[in-house]
Amino acid sequence: MTAKLTMGPVLFNWKPETLRDFYFRIADEAPVDTVHVGEVVCSKRTPFFEPYIAPVVERLQAAGKEVVLSSLALIMSEREMAAARSLASDAEVLVEANDISVAAITAGRPFVAGALLNIYNEGTLAALESMGAIRVCLPAELSGDAIAALASAAKSEIEIQAFGRLPLAISARCYAARARQLTKDACQYVCADDPDGMEVETLDEIPFLAVNGTQTMSSHYMDLLPDLVSLRARGVSRFRLWPQNVDMVAVSGLFRAVLDGRMAVAEAEDQLAGLCPGVQFANGYVHGRAGHLFVEDDE
Amino acid sequence: MTTAQPAPAPLTRPELVCPAGTPAALKSAIDAGADCVYIGFRDETNARNFPGLNFSRREMAEGIDYAHGRGAKVLVAVNTFPRAGRPEVWHQAVADCDSLKADGVILADIGLIDHAARHHPNLRLHLSVQAAASNPDAIRFYVERYGIKRVVLPRVLTVQEIAEVNSRIAPIETEVFVFGGLCVMAEGRCALSSYATGQSPNINGACSPACDVRYTETSEGITSELGGFTINKFAHTEPAGYPTLCKGRFIANDKASYLFEEPTSLNTLAILPDLIRAGVTAFKIEGRQRGRAYVSAVVQAFRDGVDAVMAGKSLPDIDLDRITEGGKQTTGAYEKAWR
Repeated sequence: MTAKLTMGPVLFNWKPETLRDFYFRIADEAPVDTVHVGEVVCSKRTPFFEPYIAPVVERLQAAGKEVVLSSLALIMSEREMAAARSLASDAEVLVEANDISVAAITAGRPFVAGALLNIYNEGTLAALESMGAIRVCLPAELSGDAIAALASAAKSEIEIQAFGRLPLAISARCYAARARQLTKDACQYVCADDPDGMEVETLDEIPFLAVNGTQTMSSHYMDLLPDLVSLRARGVSRFRLWPQNVDMVAVSGLFRAVLDGRMAVAEAEDQLAGLCPGVQFANGYVHGRAGHLFVEDDE
Repeated sequence: MTTAQPAPAPLTRPELVCPAGTPAALKSAIDAGADCVYIGFRDETNARNFPGLNFSRREMAEGIDYAHGRGAKVLVAVNTFPRAGRPEVWHQAVADCDSLKADGVILADIGLIDHAARHHPNLRLHLSVQAAASNPDAIRFYVERYGIKRVVLPRVLTVQEIAEVNSRIAPIETEVFVFGGLCVMAEGRCALSSYATGQSPNINGACSPACDVRYTETSEGITSELGGFTINKFAHTEPAGYPTLCKGRFIANDKASYLFEEPTSLNTLAILPDLIRAGVTAFKIEGRQRGRAYVSAVVQAFRDGVDAVMAGKSLPDIDLDRITEGGKQTTGAYEKAWR
């Protein structure tokens, strides 16, 4: 069986109509099997997209996509927990738990263990599976060897992050606000100014990180095109594409084509670079190296 | 109509949980008034896996004897996330804590907690800050499923939020950090250091590890690097601080700044009464990588502070400036404006 593709949740603060149109186009055109919807980073953003969730889910399902509703990554208030409970009470749609509390309240029903949970070893994997995890998206920093060990132990589907800025950290503090001398409470939603994240460079002006509100991401986009086939052989059943402010229909087409053996990796790499002008790519983590590195081939 | 107020609930004396990276620091902490010290094995099973730190099995046995002889407790941090394919190192660490009669283990990984609960039913389990259990449902998950006795709260909550969490989860014990190095990200959920260096705090037990640090002298001063990335630049007149990644200076929106946090230390001495009223069971001091003098000074200060509050006296005026990072102090996430 071939590997599946997942369109991860949009982590950025896009305008509600932009986000709706993104999902409509993904529904109609993108060769992905599963699409995640929902706010992961900051609960202050959630009210704006809420009116569009039902039509987006309907359109995706009508197009034959499996829909997963993603939870917040860091739940700190009763209001945020109530929203998570409401998410978890929908028996019709799978929920992705990105905070362990969401896995706990979903327990007993099938759920997706999200990329922002700490799942490093077989014991944790088994514990989450016993709670109902049917799919597990592994943390970005795992090596290929760790991924293979987990895949061989898994009863659930193993998904890994294959494209886009990597979510590296989550905080109570908003760095988009702080960069503009604002606080989170009075943030003026300035994170919306950076639909692909706010670039963070070193003092030598070397691209390093990106800020997405309370989330810190990699500057480089993860790109596992060269590793897809070998990781598939090591037991990975799904690859996740994190939406960036680029043509994600075309990006998902490249990943699909390489997985299906219809396109050479070199050709897909050339086209990906064309779709993401100015972007540096990285795959160091799966090679057991620093996350920002791009490793052509293991020596 | 009467206007009698209900009597305030009696304050519970918080336990003072103090760091010891070496046997000498353990003695210093206990002699300075620690109710409890926390330590780790000399390997990747704990989140302060730095060269020259931590305890052999024999040193741990002696340290536990020293503490128990003086009415103090010892907790052992086994708070990294076991590697896929080789959990034995972590399982052995927990087994040794049990056989050495440690007063408890501080764990972060669900799989390891599950293992400890099954195989060491008499060992007291604390949830590490590295598990970042930030809400009552997350806390109850660990308590109800695994019998966790105490939860170290992540440094993301305000004092008000801590009080609310405590009122919802009582009588589960909570522990909060009161002094020392300050993670600005939710603990255990940060891969910045591994992105730059390949060494993961969660797996290898060291953030911004010294082996990846380089200082370069230039005509303008000193540049500090981590994994080849410039973390800060200092003029010749400034002291060059350690390049902890999230305390560096970076450029965003064309402006250089301490984007995540200044080089600063958490210091809650001034808000100790609020934290005690919030119903916290234990106060934790960060700093297993610190020397004896630091440990003695901080433990003594917080011993005096806690004792004064419990005796209904005003807080002693204690200056910890000289030992805080960059001489700067913050109450961090405990105050909402920090966010």
